[in-house]
Amino acid sequence: MATASNPLYAGRRRRNTVATGLAYAATAFGLGWLVMILGVLIYEGIGGLSLAVFTENTPPPGSAGGLLNAIAGSIAMTVLAVAIGTPIGILAGTYLAEYGRHDKLSTVVRFINDILLSAPSIVIGLFVYEIMVAPMGHFSGYAGAVALAIIVIPVVVRTTEDMLRLVPDTLREAAASIGLPRAHMIVRIAYRAARAGIVTGILLAIARISGETAPLLFTALNNQFWSLDMNAPMPSLPVVIFQFALSPYEEWQKLAWTGALLITVTVLGLSIIARSLTARKS
Amino acid sequence: MSEVALNETNLSTSEAVSRAALLKRLRRTDQAFRLLTRAAVLAVLGLLSGVILALIIGSVPAIEAFGPGFVVTEVWNPVTEQFGALAPIYGTLVTSFIAMVIAVPIGIMIAFFITELCPLWLRRPIAIAIELLAGIPSIIYGIWGLFVLAPFLQKHVQPFLIDTFENVPGLSSLFEGPPYGIGMLTAGFILAIMVLPFITAISRDVFDAVPAVLKEAAYGLGCTTWEVFKHVVLPFTRIGVIGGVMLGLGRALGETMAVTFVIGNAHKVSASILAPGTTISASIANEFTEAVGDLYTSALITLGLILFVITFIVLAIARYMLLRLQQQGR
Repeated sequence: MATASNPLYAGRRRRNTVATGLAYAATAFGLGWLVMILGVLIYEGIGGLSLAVFTENTPPPGSAGGLLNAIAGSIAMTVLAVAIGTPIGILAGTYLAEYGRHDKLSTVVRFINDILLSAPSIVIGLFVYEIMVAPMGHFSGYAGAVALAIIVIPVVVRTTEDMLRLVPDTLREAAASIGLPRAHMIVRIAYRAARAGIVTGILLAIARISGETAPLLFTALNNQFWSLDMNAPMPSLPVVIFQFALSPYEEWQKLAWTGALLITVTVLGLSIIARSLTARKS
Repeated sequence: MSEVALNETNLSTSEAVSRAALLKRLRRTDQAFRLLTRAAVLAVLGLLSGVILALIIGSVPAIEAFGPGFVVTEVWNPVTEQFGALAPIYGTLVTSFIAMVIAVPIGIMIAFFITELCPLWLRRPIAIAIELLAGIPSIIYGIWGLFVLAPFLQKHVQPFLIDTFENVPGLSSLFEGPPYGIGMLTAGFILAIMVLPFITAISRDVFDAVPAVLKEAAYGLGCTTWEVFKHVVLPFTRIGVIGGVMLGLGRALGETMAVTFVIGNAHKVSASILAPGTTISASIANEFTEAVGDLYTSALITLGLILFVITFIVLAIARYMLLRLQQQGR
């Protein structure tokens, strides 16, 4: 009882109450943004959601339309980017985890991969502009896909390495003891054991690039029409959202919100699937 | 005896030959696979060197034309082909600074909540929610900032700031001018919301790594939860937290779309954080496709190079700090 009235203890308790109160407030603040952003997005986006969004192309200013060509462009470039980036990423991750776990090259590449993982994506756009758009003389879907692939690679490298490292060494030793060469051990045993994790990495990479705008602005550019020609400028959802949201036309702004909702649902859906894949594993 | 043995070898000759062929094939595919993975690793290495090289080559015309004065010149005039990087660099640093001032204390407090205060069943949902916040593409933050946050700040927050600090010497110039809604404060605020999850996630990871005995010992001495956090957890994890903060800073510096929507794209250095400005990434995003002439393009690529060098240094420091923490834990 004497302790309760001691001013020193009372002060410490008060400071503790204030600090924990601040921690509660900070968490509410952080989660509040998530709720608010998603809430506004659903409210603004659902209104514009209709069949026309998926069946009509982006409209000229002042008239109604859909996002069909943008969606198709986004899918085409994402698929190509994953097709280019995933094999390179998985192979590089394999080297880091299986062959050169402790060698110098791996240490350097691991560091560089981490830098690439958080490098500003607009710089990647500039790079691809320099090596593809400028020499070819025109913007193209290929350039956009390459830019996205460069973003896919570090994500896949990182998850592949992490997941292969989780495979117990006893499995590797068992394979070696029956005379299986290393490559066959990796492909038949290590990959199989780490499959869920590697797939997670690919899904996360897709989630990451499906919202990327900056690297597409001056690689794939944009296009108002239906086109699957990847050797020509190609529309994509994020770039269309960027263009439409900054325009003064109400129809365009509405479509931008709808597009934003579509992207967010895709990204969140992919991350949740990816998470549940690894959660079941562990 | 010898005949039997000879017979046996004779019998298995064909088998041995096919076995040797099989082994040879296995060895060859083994070698090929190894080389393939090595090539992929070298490709990742080449990617980064390629990016740096391409940026340097692209920026040669601008560097030749303007020299080192490029980074301290404020003029940005495409018509007369006079370019200086001061305004974008200034804008990048100011918006990132605002973001860190808001996000660092809040991120650390959220991590404190998750690791020390939160009931166990609530930990995972909150951690997942924070990570979802990290996964939302930046263009979503941008469109939300433009249509929701900027008007709100313009109507309610900025007039209040202007009135409050009008007569405070020193601070009055910081909150000067008309409330546009868009501007450096708004951009910094959006960046804060974007980097918050990164700082929270890394802080939580390093706080979790503090050995329980250390905390229990402090609790045993009669420390309050806050005292344990402040005097045991934070000192123990300092390097990791700084690493996480630097990682968040790296993101904030390079973030493009969210900022482009709300910065106002004005190549001007203003003391007031309410004024519109520009950042390196926003300038490139806004102007690159419209840039006519080699010098204009080259000036923008030089901006990209500067941005890349700044973020590279920040991220390298972040990785180094986190790596040191990892080794220390071992």
